[in-house]
Amino acid sequence: MAKQEYKHIEIADYPKTGFARFIQVMRRSLRVELFKGMGITFGVMIRTLFRGEMHTMQYPNEKLPVSARYRAIHKLLRFMESESERCIGCGLCEKICISKCIRMDTKLDENSRKVVPEYTINFGRCIFCGYCAEVCPELAIVHGDRYENVSEQRAHFSLKDDMLTPLDRLKEQKEFPGFGAVNPEADKMIKKTPLAY
Amino acid sequence: MSDTTFFVIETIVKSLIIVAVFSALAGFGTYFERKVMAFMQRRYGPMLVGPQGVLQVLADGIKLFTKEDIVPANSVPLIFKIAPVITASTAFIAMAAVPFFPSFEIMGHTVSPIVADINIGILFVLGAMAVGLYGPLLGGMASNNKWSILGAARTVVQFLSFEVITGLSLLAPIMMIGSLSLIDINNYQTEGGVAGWLIWTQPVAFFLFMIAAFAETNRTPFDLLEHEAEVVAGFATEYSGMRWGMFFIGEYANLFTVAFLVSLVFLGGFNDLGFIPGALAILLKVAFFFFVFLWVRSTWPHIRPDQLMWLCWKVLMPIAIINLLITGIVILA
Ligand code: SF4
Ligand code: SF4
Repeated sequence: MAKQEYKHIEIADYPKTGFARFIQVMRRSLRVELFKGMGITFGVMIRTLFRGEMHTMQYPNEKLPVSARYRAIHKLLRFMESESERCIGCGLCEKICISKCIRMDTKLDENSRKVVPEYTINFGRCIFCGYCAEVCPELAIVHGDRYENVSEQRAHFSLKDDMLTPLDRLKEQKEFPGFGAVNPEADKMIKKTPLAY
Repeated sequence: MSDTTFFVIETIVKSLIIVAVFSALAGFGTYFERKVMAFMQRRYGPMLVGPQGVLQVLADGIKLFTKEDIVPANSVPLIFKIAPVITASTAFIAMAAVPFFPSFEIMGHTVSPIVADINIGILFVLGAMAVGLYGPLLGGMASNNKWSILGAARTVVQFLSFEVITGLSLLAPIMMIGSLSLIDINNYQTEGGVAGWLIWTQPVAFFLFMIAAFAETNRTPFDLLEHEAEVVAGFATEYSGMRWGMFFIGEYANLFTVAFLVSLVFLGGFNDLGFIPGALAILLKVAFFFFVFLWVRSTWPHIRPDQLMWLCWKVLMPIAIINLLITGIVILA
């Protein structure tokens, strides 16, 4: 938890008499508060330009990182070391999916290992409940970070090739911290609510 | 070439150059304004049209020129159409008496970059700029819109308040110089480099004139005429396309005129500044004041019409008169 620094702001009463008001005007003018304000904006400009305090995200080019708990378009992960698919074709996700939108084909390959030749999700029906990711024993199907969805028709299928991490981009694959894991940035982003509000 | 022909050609060329340069500057003024304000608010400002968004001005221009020209029902069409022209043209007329640079030689003739060196220069500039306020006033009254009429009313309030300060604050330096011509005012500060600037002898007049200049050019903190948060867009509510653009060009042209005026009267004008040649010196000063206008806009809140009148009549006018009296006594003594 970040250190909290609360400032107590003294708010003086409004001046009542004309003379008190005059004193207030004089005090404010002589303390040149307006120019202090200009100093602040100038400082902000300098820091924005040269110290990287720019707040704007240039959205299509830059994106904010999404939390691991965010349920966006699914991804099928691979093992980082062996590069083989994590999915063992147990079919739990297909079974648990409440909108019945996962469909998969399994077969035994020449080594008598179960493989998954086809795996599709119909995103027209998916409600992004996250049950599939929660139930998966291998952390194979997870929610990724693609949240810009658009489709020309109601049924929109994502095929296995679309979701599976391609071999050449395996380096960029991030280990899924587990369904419901907190955001690694969470500490920085949380501010304690002052109880004295 | 006879002197008369040269004079006629010279004047026409000068007028064309002024209109062309300052229309373009008004456009780029909007670009700089957006950029500076964006940086002061931790934003990027225009980024997508051209590198760092510099061509945004062109895109805006295309949009303004091709927009449908709307004259609202029940407005007074003639006056509605004329009003923006008044603002834009008076802004450029005012520039006629402003010497922008030191004179230089061309083809054996001495050219001074001023369209008309009239002996009442500064009076003419202020007068022409004040006439420009007929634009917002008439435009607001002719648009048949309640916000517009409020904006028009505020124009009058503002005009009545700041014009006194402008005149009185400039009177003190003019008394010291003894001439209204901006060239004389500039030449008065030739001696002594920075120390010879009038700002050192007339600091109060400088501050008063700066405050009045913000009101004159209708900028924050005195942008009562078109303050979005209160009166939608004030007098400009019903304006769109190029008519609105003309108000805009007028406003920015005024901004540059005022920046030139302040630099000429108080900051030594186009006299050489050490190793910096005069032409560059005045450009630097004008650029600085333009930046100050943007800087203030992104820093200060704007004030209510009654506060503006309070400020101008009850605070600034007494100060201006006292300043005037002291200057008079010092000159006589
Ligand atoms: S998120 Fe829910 S609805 Fe979508 S595929 Fe997974 S289990 Fe089915
Ligand atoms: S639950 Fe996981 S391992 Fe089992 S079939 Fe679904 S994705 Fe594959």
